[in-house]
Amino acid sequence: MGSPAVRFEGVTLEYGARRIWSDLSLDVPPGAFVAILGPNGSGKTSLLRAILGLVIPSSGRILVQGRSPHRGDPDIGYVPQHSSFDADLPFRGRDLVQLGVDGHRWGIGWPDPTRKARVDRAVASVDADAYADAPIGRLSGGEQQRLRIAQALVGDPRILLCDEPLANLDLRYQQTITALIAGWRERTGGTVLFVTHDVNPVLGVVDQVLFVVNGRWAAGKPDEVLTSERMSALYGSHVDVVRVHGRIVVVGESTESGFNIEEPHHVPVPLEPH
Amino acid sequence: MDQLVALLGYEFVQNAIAAGTVIAIVSGVVSRFVVARNMSFAVHALGELGFTGAAGFILLRLSPVLGLLAGTAVTAVFIGALGVRARGRDVVVGVVMAFGLGLGVLFITLYKGYANQAFAILFGTITGVSRADVVLLLAIGLVTLVSLAAIYRPLTFATVDPEVAEARGVPVGALAVAFLLIMAAAVAEAIQVVGVLLILTLLITPGAAAECLTPRPGLAIIYSVAIALFCILGGILLSLITNAPVSVFVTSLSFGCYLLARFVVGPRRRDIRATSRPAESSAGTTVAEAH
Repeated sequence: MGSPAVRFEGVTLEYGARRIWSDLSLDVPPGAFVAILGPNGSGKTSLLRAILGLVIPSSGRILVQGRSPHRGDPDIGYVPQHSSFDADLPFRGRDLVQLGVDGHRWGIGWPDPTRKARVDRAVASVDADAYADAPIGRLSGGEQQRLRIAQALVGDPRILLCDEPLANLDLRYQQTITALIAGWRERTGGTVLFVTHDVNPVLGVVDQVLFVVNGRWAAGKPDEVLTSERMSALYGSHVDVVRVHGRIVVVGESTESGFNIEEPHHVPVPLEPH
Repeated sequence: MDQLVALLGYEFVQNAIAAGTVIAIVSGVVSRFVVARNMSFAVHALGELGFTGAAGFILLRLSPVLGLLAGTAVTAVFIGALGVRARGRDVVVGVVMAFGLGLGVLFITLYKGYANQAFAILFGTITGVSRADVVLLLAIGLVTLVSLAAIYRPLTFATVDPEVAEARGVPVGALAVAFLLIMAAAVAEAIQVVGVLLILTLLITPGAAAECLTPRPGLAIIYSVAIALFCILGGILLSLITNAPVSVFVTSLSFGCYLLARFVVGPRRRDIRATSRPAESSAGTTVAEAH
Protein backbone atom coordinates (compact mmCIF):
# COMPACT_ATOMS: atom_id res chain seq x y z
CA MET A 1 0.00 0.00 0.00
CA GLY A 2 1.51 3.32 -1.08
CA SER A 3 1.41 6.60 0.82
CA PRO A 4 -2.04 8.13 1.28
CA ALA A 5 -3.43 10.30 -1.52
CA VAL A 6 -4.39 12.92 1.04
CA ARG A 7 -3.32 12.96 4.68
CA PHE A 8 -4.54 15.26 7.45
CA GLU A 9 -2.28 15.44 10.51
CA GLY A 10 -3.98 17.22 13.40
CA VAL A 11 -5.30 19.94 11.10
CA THR A 12 -7.13 22.93 12.59
CA LEU A 13 -8.66 25.60 10.42
CA GLU A 14 -9.77 29.03 11.61
CA TYR A 15 -11.25 32.08 9.91
CA GLY A 16 -10.37 34.97 12.20
CA ALA A 17 -11.64 34.02 15.62
CA ARG A 18 -13.97 31.38 14.26
CA ARG A 19 -12.74 27.80 14.43
CA ILE A 20 -14.02 25.80 11.47
CA TRP A 21 -12.77 22.40 12.55
CA SER A 22 -10.04 21.24 14.87
CA ASP A 23 -7.48 18.48 15.10
CA LEU A 24 -8.58 16.56 12.02
CA SER A 25 -6.45 13.50 11.38
CA LEU A 26 -7.33 11.24 8.49
CA ASP A 27 -5.64 9.19 5.80
CA VAL A 28 -7.35 8.93 2.43
CA PRO A 29 -5.81 5.94 0.62
CA PRO A 30 -5.29 6.12 -3.15
CA GLY A 31 -8.40 4.99 -5.02
CA ALA A 32 -10.76 5.78 -2.17
CA PHE A 33 -14.15 7.44 -2.63
CA VAL A 34 -14.71 9.66 0.40
CA ALA A 35 -17.97 11.49 1.00
CA ILE A 36 -17.57 14.64 3.11
CA LEU A 37 -20.81 15.31 4.94
CA GLY A 38 -22.15 17.83 7.40
CA PRO A 39 -24.57 20.73 7.77
CA ASN A 40 -24.13 24.01 5.91
CA GLY A 41 -21.32 26.15 7.23
CA SER A 42 -19.43 23.22 8.73
CA GLY A 43 -16.37 23.89 6.61
CA LYS A 44 -16.69 21.24 3.90
CA THR A 45 -15.72 23.63 1.13
CA SER A 46 -12.83 24.96 3.26
CA LEU A 47 -11.52 21.43 3.52
CA LEU A 48 -11.30 21.18 -0.27
CA ARG A 49 -9.75 24.64 -0.47
CA ALA A 50 -7.12 23.59 2.05
CA ILE A 51 -6.23 20.59 -0.13
CA LEU A 52 -5.96 22.97 -3.10
CA GLY A 53 -3.57 25.16 -1.12
CA LEU A 54 -5.99 28.11 -1.17
CA VAL A 55 -6.41 28.27 2.60
CA ILE A 56 -3.65 27.52 5.09
CA PRO A 57 -4.47 25.57 8.27
CA SER A 58 -3.71 27.39 11.52
CA SER A 59 -2.08 24.25 12.90
CA GLY A 60 -1.28 20.72 11.78
CA ARG A 61 -0.45 19.86 8.22
CA ILE A 62 -1.97 18.43 5.08
CA LEU A 63 -0.06 16.22 2.68
CA VAL A 64 -1.23 15.67 -0.89
CA GLN A 65 0.57 12.62 -2.29
CA GLY A 66 3.25 13.17 0.35
CA ARG A 67 3.77 16.87 -0.41
CA SER A 68 2.43 20.14 0.95
CA PRO A 69 -0.58 21.42 -0.99
CA HIS A 70 0.34 23.95 -3.63
CA ARG A 71 -1.87 26.08 -5.86
CA GLY A 72 -2.20 24.76 -9.38
CA ASP A 73 -1.29 21.18 -8.54
CA PRO A 74 -1.85 19.38 -11.88
CA ASP A 75 -2.64 16.14 -10.03
CA ILE A 76 -5.83 17.62 -8.62
CA GLY A 77 -9.04 18.05 -10.61
CA TYR A 78 -11.65 20.37 -9.11
CA VAL A 79 -15.39 20.59 -9.68
CA PRO A 80 -16.55 23.74 -7.84
CA GLN A 81 -19.90 24.40 -6.29
CA HIS A 82 -22.59 25.18 -8.81
CA SER A 83 -22.28 28.66 -10.30
CA SER A 84 -24.23 29.76 -13.33
CA PHE A 85 -22.91 31.28 -16.53
CA ASP A 86 -24.28 34.36 -18.24
CA ALA A 87 -26.73 33.15 -20.89
CA ASP A 88 -25.23 35.37 -23.61
CA LEU A 89 -21.59 34.60 -22.86
CA PRO A 90 -19.90 33.53 -26.10
CA PHE A 91 -18.36 30.46 -24.59
CA ARG A 92 -19.07 26.83 -25.42
CA GLY A 93 -18.89 23.70 -23.33
CA ARG A 94 -15.79 22.66 -25.23
CA ASP A 95 -14.16 26.01 -24.40
CA LEU A 96 -14.76 25.31 -20.71
CA VAL A 97 -13.17 21.88 -21.05
CA GLN A 98 -10.26 23.41 -22.95
CA LEU A 99 -9.54 25.71 -20.01
CA GLY A 100 -8.78 22.53 -18.09
CA VAL A 101 -6.02 21.70 -20.59
CA ASP A 102 -4.15 24.99 -20.88
CA GLY A 103 -6.29 27.82 -19.45
CA HIS A 104 -3.65 28.55 -16.81
CA ARG A 105 -0.87 29.06 -19.38
CA TRP A 106 0.19 32.47 -20.65
CA GLY A 107 -0.36 33.59 -24.24
CA ILE A 108 -3.20 33.22 -26.69
CA GLY A 109 -3.13 29.46 -27.20
CA TRP A 110 -3.60 29.17 -30.95
CA PRO A 111 -5.68 26.23 -32.24
CA ASP A 112 -3.83 22.98 -31.73
CA PRO A 113 -4.95 19.55 -33.04
CA THR A 114 -3.49 17.66 -30.06
CA ARG A 115 -5.37 19.85 -27.64
CA LYS A 116 -8.54 19.54 -29.69
CA ALA A 117 -8.26 15.75 -29.62
CA ARG A 118 -7.88 15.78 -25.84
CA VAL A 119 -10.90 18.04 -25.45
CA ASP A 120 -12.93 15.83 -27.81
CA ARG A 121 -12.05 12.72 -25.80
CA ALA A 122 -12.95 14.40 -22.50
CA VAL A 123 -16.25 15.65 -23.93
CA ALA A 124 -17.06 12.18 -25.28
CA SER A 125 -16.16 10.53 -21.96
CA VAL A 126 -19.01 12.39 -20.28
CA ASP A 127 -21.40 11.93 -23.24
CA ALA A 128 -21.62 15.67 -23.85
CA ASP A 129 -20.89 15.64 -27.61
CA ALA A 130 -24.43 16.69 -28.50
CA TYR A 131 -24.24 20.08 -26.76
CA ALA A 132 -20.52 20.80 -26.40
CA ASP A 133 -20.76 23.45 -29.15
CA ALA A 134 -23.75 25.29 -27.68
CA PRO A 135 -23.30 28.39 -25.49
CA ILE A 136 -22.59 27.12 -21.99
CA GLY A 137 -24.99 29.58 -20.34
CA ARG A 138 -27.92 28.06 -22.19
CA LEU A 139 -27.32 24.49 -21.04
CA SER A 140 -29.18 22.88 -18.16
CA GLY A 141 -27.53 22.45 -14.77
CA GLY A 142 -26.92 18.77 -15.43
CA GLU A 143 -25.36 19.40 -18.83
CA GLN A 144 -23.08 22.05 -17.34
CA GLN A 145 -22.12 19.66 -14.56
CA ARG A 146 -21.05 16.99 -17.06
CA LEU A 147 -18.85 19.51 -18.82
CA ARG A 148 -17.37 20.64 -15.51
CA ILE A 149 -16.42 17.04 -14.78
CA ALA A 150 -14.86 16.74 -18.23
CA GLN A 151 -12.93 19.95 -17.49
CA ALA A 152 -11.68 18.54 -14.18
CA LEU A 153 -10.68 15.21 -15.74
CA VAL A 154 -9.13 16.42 -18.99
CA GLY A 155 -5.82 17.11 -17.24
CA ASP A 156 -5.60 13.45 -16.08
CA PRO A 157 -5.58 14.20 -12.34
CA ARG A 158 -4.90 11.61 -9.62
CA ILE A 159 -7.30 13.21 -7.16
CA LEU A 160 -10.74 14.61 -7.92
CA LEU A 161 -12.31 17.15 -5.55
CA CYS A 162 -16.04 17.70 -6.05
CA ASP A 163 -18.00 20.36 -4.16
CA GLU A 164 -21.71 19.53 -4.04
CA PRO A 165 -21.72 18.25 -7.62
CA LEU A 166 -25.26 16.91 -7.16
CA ALA A 167 -26.86 20.09 -5.84
CA ASN A 168 -29.64 21.48 -8.06
CA LEU A 169 -29.82 18.24 -10.05
CA ASP A 170 -32.78 15.95 -10.41
CA LEU A 171 -32.56 12.32 -9.38
CA ARG A 172 -31.69 11.00 -12.82
CA TYR A 173 -28.81 13.43 -13.19
CA GLN A 174 -27.62 12.73 -9.65
CA GLN A 175 -27.23 9.09 -10.68
CA THR A 176 -25.59 9.97 -14.00
CA ILE A 177 -23.02 12.27 -12.40
CA THR A 178 -22.29 9.78 -9.60
CA ALA A 179 -21.80 7.01 -12.18
CA LEU A 180 -19.45 9.19 -14.24
CA ILE A 181 -17.25 9.93 -11.25
CA ALA A 182 -17.33 6.36 -9.96
CA GLY A 183 -16.51 5.13 -13.46
CA TRP A 184 -13.48 7.41 -13.65
CA ARG A 185 -12.26 6.06 -10.31
CA GLU A 186 -12.70 2.46 -11.52
CA ARG A 187 -10.79 3.09 -14.74
CA THR A 188 -7.90 5.10 -13.38
CA GLY A 189 -7.61 4.14 -9.72
CA GLY A 190 -7.97 7.83 -8.86
CA THR A 191 -9.09 9.19 -5.52
CA VAL A 192 -12.38 11.05 -5.05
CA LEU A 193 -13.25 13.52 -2.27
CA PHE A 194 -16.88 14.36 -2.66
CA VAL A 195 -18.60 17.07 -0.62
CA THR A 196 -22.33 16.50 -0.37
CA HIS A 197 -25.18 17.37 1.96
CA ASP A 198 -26.93 14.10 1.14
CA VAL A 199 -25.03 10.82 1.25
CA ASN A 200 -27.77 8.73 -0.32
CA PRO A 201 -27.03 9.27 -4.03
CA VAL A 202 -23.44 8.10 -3.50
CA LEU A 203 -24.06 5.45 -0.82
CA GLY A 204 -23.42 2.65 -3.30
CA VAL A 205 -19.94 3.84 -4.28
CA VAL A 206 -18.62 5.45 -1.10
CA ASP A 207 -16.10 3.55 0.99
CA GLN A 208 -15.41 6.22 3.61
CA VAL A 209 -17.37 9.11 5.01
CA LEU A 210 -16.07 12.14 6.87
CA PHE A 211 -18.79 13.85 8.86
CA VAL A 212 -18.09 17.37 10.15
CA VAL A 213 -20.34 19.17 12.65
CA ASN A 214 -19.55 22.28 14.68
CA GLY A 215 -15.82 21.75 14.50
CA ARG A 216 -16.06 18.08 15.51
CA TRP A 217 -15.66 15.25 13.06
CA ALA A 218 -16.05 11.51 12.64
CA ALA A 219 -14.65 9.32 9.88
CA GLY A 220 -14.89 5.72 8.81
CA LYS A 221 -17.05 3.35 6.80
CA PRO A 222 -20.60 4.64 6.27
CA ASP A 223 -22.07 1.88 8.42
CA GLU A 224 -19.72 2.72 11.29
CA VAL A 225 -20.14 6.47 11.21
CA LEU A 226 -23.79 6.86 10.25
CA THR A 227 -25.21 5.36 13.43
CA SER A 228 -27.44 6.92 16.08
CA GLU A 229 -24.66 6.64 18.70
CA ARG A 230 -21.90 8.28 16.64
CA MET A 231 -24.17 10.99 15.27
CA SER A 232 -25.58 11.79 18.72
CA ALA A 233 -22.04 12.11 20.07
CA LEU A 234 -21.07 14.32 17.14
CA TYR A 235 -24.05 16.66 17.37
CA GLY A 236 -24.00 16.60 21.18
CA SER A 237 -27.70 15.81 21.41
CA HIS A 238 -29.99 12.92 20.63
CA VAL A 239 -30.01 12.03 16.96
CA ASP A 240 -31.62 9.08 15.21
CA VAL A 241 -30.16 7.53 12.10
CA VAL A 242 -32.98 5.84 10.28
CA ARG A 243 -32.81 3.58 7.25
CA VAL A 244 -35.86 3.77 5.02
CA HIS A 245 -36.07 2.08 1.60
CA GLY A 246 -32.29 1.81 1.42
CA ARG A 247 -31.87 5.50 2.22
CA ILE A 248 -30.18 6.87 5.31
CA VAL A 249 -31.89 9.74 7.07
CA VAL A 250 -30.39 11.54 10.05
CA VAL A 251 -33.08 13.15 12.18
CA GLY A 252 -32.61 15.16 15.35
CA GLU A 253 -34.92 16.54 17.98
CA SER A 254 -36.89 19.41 16.57
CA THR A 255 -35.27 21.86 18.97
CA GLU A 256 -32.92 23.28 16.40
CA SER A 257 -33.93 24.34 12.95
CA GLY A 258 -32.01 22.93 10.04
CA PHE A 259 -30.93 19.99 12.13
CA ASN A 260 -31.88 17.38 9.63
CA ILE A 261 -28.66 16.76 7.67
CA GLU A 262 -30.65 15.95 4.57
CA GLU A 263 -31.64 19.57 4.08
CA PRO A 264 -32.98 18.47 0.73
CA HIS A 265 -32.94 21.01 -2.07
CA HIS A 266 -35.35 18.72 -3.78
CA VAL A 267 -38.26 16.67 -2.58
CA PRO A 268 -37.02 13.05 -2.72
CA VAL A 269 -38.68 11.40 -5.67
CA PRO A 270 -39.11 7.61 -5.70
CA LEU A 271 -36.94 5.96 -8.30
CA GLU A 272 -38.73 4.83 -11.39
CA PRO A 273 -37.90 1.26 -12.33
CA HIS A 274 -35.55 1.05 -15.30
CA MET B 1 -17.20 59.93 -54.84
CA ASP B 2 -14.57 62.20 -56.43
CA GLN B 3 -15.00 64.45 -53.45
CA LEU B 4 -14.25 61.48 -51.16
CA VAL B 5 -11.09 60.56 -53.07
CA ALA B 6 -9.97 64.19 -52.89
CA LEU B 7 -10.59 64.18 -49.14
CA LEU B 8 -8.37 61.11 -48.71
CA GLY B 9 -5.49 63.17 -50.10
CA TYR B 10 -5.53 65.45 -47.07
CA GLU B 11 -3.06 64.59 -44.34
CA PHE B 12 -5.56 65.17 -41.52
CA VAL B 13 -7.90 62.64 -43.13
CA GLN B 14 -5.12 60.07 -43.47
CA ASN B 15 -4.16 60.64 -39.85
CA ALA B 16 -7.75 60.22 -38.72
CA ILE B 17 -8.14 56.95 -40.66
CA ALA B 18 -4.82 55.54 -39.40
CA ALA B 19 -5.58 56.47 -35.79
CA GLY B 20 -9.17 55.26 -36.15
CA THR B 21 -8.01 51.86 -37.38
CA VAL B 22 -5.64 51.35 -34.45
CA ILE B 23 -8.26 52.51 -31.96
CA ALA B 24 -10.94 50.27 -33.49
CA ILE B 25 -8.77 47.17 -33.13
CA VAL B 26 -7.91 47.95 -29.51
CA SER B 27 -11.51 48.86 -28.58
CA GLY B 28 -12.94 45.81 -30.31
CA VAL B 29 -10.68 43.38 -28.47
CA VAL B 30 -10.89 45.06 -25.07
CA SER B 31 -14.66 45.53 -25.20
CA ARG B 32 -15.16 41.75 -25.34
CA PHE B 33 -13.53 41.43 -21.92
CA VAL B 34 -15.27 44.55 -20.58
CA VAL B 35 -18.62 42.95 -21.42
CA ALA B 36 -17.70 39.49 -20.15
CA ARG B 37 -16.34 40.92 -16.89
CA ASN B 38 -19.30 43.29 -16.50
CA MET B 39 -17.12 46.37 -16.11
CA SER B 40 -19.19 49.08 -17.85
CA PHE B 41 -19.13 51.34 -14.81
CA ALA B 42 -15.34 51.09 -14.50
CA VAL B 43 -15.01 52.09 -18.18
CA HIS B 44 -17.21 55.11 -17.52
CA ALA B 45 -15.08 56.13 -14.53
CA LEU B 46 -11.82 55.66 -16.44
CA GLY B 47 -13.19 57.93 -19.17
CA GLU B 48 -14.24 60.71 -16.81
CA LEU B 49 -10.95 60.63 -14.96
CA GLY B 50 -9.07 60.53 -18.24
CA PHE B 51 -10.65 63.95 -18.68
CA THR B 52 -9.25 65.04 -15.32
CA GLY B 53 -5.80 63.83 -16.36
CA ALA B 54 -5.98 65.62 -19.71
CA ALA B 55 -7.18 68.83 -18.05
CA GLY B 56 -4.30 68.62 -15.58
CA PHE B 57 -1.73 68.06 -18.34
CA ILE B 58 -3.11 70.94 -20.43
CA LEU B 59 -2.78 73.14 -17.36
CA LEU B 60 0.89 72.10 -17.15
CA ARG B 61 1.27 72.63 -20.93
CA LEU B 62 1.89 68.88 -21.54
CA SER B 63 0.38 66.52 -24.13
CA PRO B 64 -3.34 65.96 -23.53
CA VAL B 65 -3.06 62.42 -24.94
CA LEU B 66 -0.50 61.52 -22.28
CA GLY B 67 -2.68 63.31 -19.75
CA LEU B 68 -5.60 61.06 -20.68
CA LEU B 69 -3.39 58.03 -20.26
CA ALA B 70 -2.06 59.26 -16.92
CA GLY B 71 -5.61 59.93 -15.70
CA THR B 72 -6.96 56.53 -16.70
CA ALA B 73 -3.88 54.65 -15.44
CA VAL B 74 -3.94 56.31 -12.00
CA THR B 75 -7.66 55.57 -11.78
CA ALA B 76 -7.07 51.93 -12.72
CA VAL B 77 -4.45 51.60 -9.99
CA PHE B 78 -6.76 53.18 -7.41
CA ILE B 79 -9.71 50.97 -8.32
CA GLY B 80 -7.43 47.94 -8.35
CA ALA B 81 -5.85 48.74 -5.01
CA LEU B 82 -9.12 49.54 -3.24
CA GLY B 83 -11.03 46.51 -4.43
CA VAL B 84 -10.93 44.15 -7.38
CA ARG B 85 -13.46 41.64 -6.14
CA ALA B 86 -16.73 41.63 -8.06
CA ARG B 87 -18.74 42.52 -4.96
CA GLY B 88 -18.32 46.12 -3.91
CA ARG B 89 -16.29 47.01 -6.98
CA ASP B 90 -18.95 49.42 -8.25
CA VAL B 91 -18.91 51.22 -4.94
CA VAL B 92 -15.14 51.66 -5.08
CA VAL B 93 -15.37 52.88 -8.69
CA GLY B 94 -18.00 55.43 -7.68
CA VAL B 95 -15.94 56.68 -4.75
CA VAL B 96 -12.80 57.11 -6.88
CA MET B 97 -14.71 58.68 -9.78
CA ALA B 98 -16.42 61.32 -7.64
CA PHE B 99 -13.12 62.53 -6.20
CA GLY B 100 -11.36 62.53 -9.57
CA LEU B 101 -14.10 64.53 -11.25
CA GLY B 102 -13.80 67.09 -8.48
CA LEU B 103 -10.13 67.49 -9.39
CA GLY B 104 -11.14 67.92 -13.03
CA VAL B 105 -13.42 70.80 -12.11
CA LEU B 106 -10.52 72.39 -10.21
CA PHE B 107 -8.21 72.11 -13.24
CA ILE B 108 -10.80 73.70 -15.54
CA THR B 109 -11.23 76.64 -13.17
CA LEU B 110 -7.48 77.14 -12.84
CA TYR B 111 -6.85 77.21 -16.58
CA LYS B 112 -8.17 80.30 -18.36
CA GLY B 113 -9.70 79.98 -21.79
CA TYR B 114 -9.33 76.45 -23.04
CA ALA B 115 -13.00 75.66 -23.54
CA ASN B 116 -12.17 74.34 -27.02
CA GLN B 117 -9.73 71.74 -25.78
CA ALA B 118 -12.12 70.68 -23.02
CA PHE B 119 -14.89 70.30 -25.58
CA ALA B 120 -12.59 68.19 -27.78
CA ILE B 121 -11.78 65.81 -24.93
CA LEU B 122 -15.42 65.51 -23.97
CA PHE B 123 -16.66 64.80 -27.49
CA GLY B 124 -13.66 63.54 -29.49
CA THR B 125 -10.96 65.02 -31.71
CA ILE B 126 -10.14 62.30 -34.21
CA THR B 127 -10.08 64.62 -37.23
CA GLY B 128 -7.65 66.86 -35.38
CA VAL B 129 -4.92 64.30 -34.56
CA SER B 130 -1.37 64.98 -35.80
CA ARG B 131 1.15 62.53 -37.30
CA ALA B 132 2.89 62.48 -33.92
CA ASP B 133 -0.41 61.65 -32.21
CA VAL B 134 -0.91 58.76 -34.63
CA VAL B 135 2.50 57.35 -33.75
CA LEU B 136 1.77 57.73 -30.05
CA LEU B 137 -1.63 56.08 -30.42
CA LEU B 138 -0.07 53.26 -32.42
CA ALA B 139 2.55 52.70 -29.72
CA ILE B 140 -0.05 52.65 -26.92
CA GLY B 141 -2.24 50.37 -29.02
CA LEU B 142 0.56 47.89 -29.68
CA VAL B 143 1.54 47.71 -26.00
CA THR B 144 -2.11 47.17 -25.08
CA LEU B 145 -2.66 44.40 -27.60
CA VAL B 146 0.61 42.61 -26.80
CA SER B 147 -0.15 42.72 -23.05
CA LEU B 148 -3.64 41.41 -23.63
CA ALA B 149 -2.32 38.63 -25.85
CA ALA B 150 0.15 37.63 -23.14
CA ILE B 151 -2.58 37.20 -20.50
CA TYR B 152 -5.35 36.10 -22.88
CA ARG B 153 -5.76 32.51 -21.66
CA PRO B 154 -5.54 33.04 -17.89
CA LEU B 155 -7.68 36.20 -18.15
CA THR B 156 -10.33 34.22 -20.00
CA PHE B 157 -10.12 31.49 -17.34
CA ALA B 158 -10.40 34.04 -14.50
CA THR B 159 -13.30 35.79 -16.23
CA VAL B 160 -15.43 32.78 -17.09
CA ASP B 161 -14.58 30.35 -14.31
CA PRO B 162 -12.85 32.14 -11.41
CA GLU B 163 -13.14 29.31 -8.83
CA VAL B 164 -11.42 26.70 -10.95
CA ALA B 165 -8.94 29.25 -12.30
CA GLU B 166 -7.85 30.04 -8.75
CA ALA B 167 -7.51 26.35 -7.97
CA ARG B 168 -5.37 25.88 -11.07
CA GLY B 169 -2.98 28.54 -9.83
CA VAL B 170 -4.15 31.43 -12.03
CA PRO B 171 -3.38 34.76 -10.25
CA VAL B 172 -6.97 35.99 -10.41
CA GLY B 173 -6.44 39.18 -8.38
CA ALA B 174 -3.29 40.28 -10.22
CA LEU B 175 -5.01 39.67 -13.56
CA ALA B 176 -7.91 41.90 -12.51
CA VAL B 177 -5.47 44.75 -11.89
CA ALA B 178 -3.60 44.03 -15.14
CA PHE B 179 -6.85 44.16 -17.06
CA LEU B 180 -7.78 47.48 -15.42
CA LEU B 181 -4.50 48.91 -16.73
CA ILE B 182 -5.20 47.51 -20.20
CA MET B 183 -8.64 49.11 -20.03
CA ALA B 184 -7.00 52.38 -18.98
CA ALA B 185 -4.92 52.40 -22.16
CA ALA B 186 -7.88 51.41 -24.34
CA VAL B 187 -10.05 54.15 -22.82
CA ALA B 188 -7.34 56.76 -23.39
CA GLU B 189 -7.23 55.66 -27.04
CA ALA B 190 -10.97 55.53 -27.62
CA ILE B 191 -11.45 59.00 -26.11
CA GLN B 192 -9.63 60.34 -29.19
CA VAL B 193 -12.55 59.30 -31.36
CA VAL B 194 -15.72 59.76 -29.35
CA GLY B 195 -14.59 61.67 -26.28
CA VAL B 196 -15.06 61.03 -22.60
CA LEU B 197 -18.83 61.22 -22.54
CA LEU B 198 -19.43 58.69 -25.32
CA ILE B 199 -16.69 56.22 -24.44
CA LEU B 200 -19.12 53.34 -23.83
CA THR B 201 -20.11 53.33 -27.49
CA LEU B 202 -16.69 51.88 -28.37
CA LEU B 203 -15.82 49.89 -25.23
CA ILE B 204 -19.17 48.21 -24.60
CA THR B 205 -21.30 48.17 -27.73
CA PRO B 206 -19.03 46.24 -30.17
CA GLY B 207 -18.39 43.50 -27.60
CA ALA B 208 -22.07 43.36 -26.65
CA ALA B 209 -23.18 43.15 -30.29
CA ALA B 210 -20.58 40.47 -31.08
CA GLU B 211 -21.81 38.10 -28.38
CA CYS B 212 -25.21 37.95 -30.05
CA LEU B 213 -23.56 36.61 -33.20
CA THR B 214 -21.51 33.60 -32.13
CA PRO B 215 -20.89 31.27 -29.18
CA ARG B 216 -17.19 31.02 -30.07
CA PRO B 217 -14.99 33.25 -27.92
CA GLY B 218 -12.28 33.84 -30.55
CA LEU B 219 -14.79 34.61 -33.29
CA ALA B 220 -16.64 36.99 -30.96
CA ILE B 221 -13.45 39.06 -30.65
CA ILE B 222 -13.06 39.17 -34.44
CA TYR B 223 -16.69 40.28 -34.89
CA SER B 224 -16.23 42.87 -32.19
CA VAL B 225 -13.17 44.33 -33.95
CA ALA B 226 -15.02 44.32 -37.28
CA ILE B 227 -17.95 46.21 -35.76
CA ALA B 228 -15.64 48.76 -34.12
CA LEU B 229 -13.79 49.28 -37.43
CA PHE B 230 -17.05 49.75 -39.30
CA CYS B 231 -18.33 52.28 -36.75
CA ILE B 232 -15.15 54.36 -36.50
CA LEU B 233 -14.19 54.44 -40.19
CA GLY B 234 -17.82 54.88 -41.21
CA GLY B 235 -18.17 57.65 -38.66
CA ILE B 236 -15.07 59.47 -39.91
CA LEU B 237 -16.21 59.31 -43.54
CA LEU B 238 -19.77 60.43 -42.79
CA SER B 239 -18.41 63.25 -40.70
CA LEU B 240 -16.15 64.39 -43.53
CA ILE B 241 -19.05 64.39 -45.95
CA THR B 242 -21.56 66.12 -43.70
CA ASN B 243 -19.36 68.21 -41.41
CA ALA B 244 -21.24 66.95 -38.34
CA PRO B 245 -19.09 65.63 -35.45
CA VAL B 246 -17.62 62.11 -35.75
CA SER B 247 -19.10 60.96 -32.43
CA VAL B 248 -22.64 61.48 -33.68
CA PHE B 249 -22.09 58.93 -36.45
CA VAL B 250 -19.98 56.50 -34.40
CA THR B 251 -22.62 56.28 -31.67
CA SER B 252 -25.45 55.90 -34.21
CA LEU B 253 -23.63 53.25 -36.22
CA SER B 254 -22.66 51.23 -33.15
CA PHE B 255 -26.19 51.42 -31.74
CA GLY B 256 -27.50 50.27 -35.11
CA CYS B 257 -25.03 47.36 -35.15
CA TYR B 258 -26.15 46.35 -31.67
CA LEU B 259 -29.84 46.39 -32.53
CA LEU B 260 -29.20 44.47 -35.73
CA ALA B 261 -27.06 41.86 -33.98
CA ARG B 262 -29.40 41.45 -31.06
CA PHE B 263 -32.76 41.40 -32.79
CA VAL B 264 -32.16 40.39 -36.41
CA VAL B 265 -28.95 38.47 -37.08
CA GLY B 266 -28.45 36.90 -33.64
CA PRO B 267 -31.89 35.31 -33.22
CA ARG B 268 -31.73 33.87 -36.75
CA ARG B 269 -28.41 32.20 -35.99
CA ARG B 270 -29.67 30.88 -32.68
CA ASP B 271 -32.66 29.30 -34.37
CA ILE B 272 -30.39 27.43 -36.75
CA ARG B 273 -28.34 26.16 -33.83
CA ALA B 274 -31.37 25.24 -31.77
CA THR B 275 -32.88 23.07 -34.49
CA SER B 276 -29.59 21.33 -35.27
CA ARG B 277 -28.98 20.54 -31.62
CA PRO B 278 -30.47 17.26 -30.37
CA ALA B 279 -31.71 18.37 -26.96
CA GLU B 280 -30.80 15.87 -24.28
CA SER B 281 -33.55 17.02 -21.97
CA SER B 282 -36.22 15.90 -24.41
CA ALA B 283 -35.11 12.26 -24.27
CA GLY B 284 -38.21 11.11 -22.39
CA THR B 285 -36.95 11.18 -18.83
CA THR B 286 -38.59 11.16 -15.45
CA VAL B 287 -38.22 14.51 -13.76
CA ALA B 288 -37.94 17.96 -15.26
CA GLU B 289 -34.63 19.41 -14.28
CA ALA B 290 -34.64 22.14 -11.65
CA HIS B 291 -32.40 25.12 -12.21
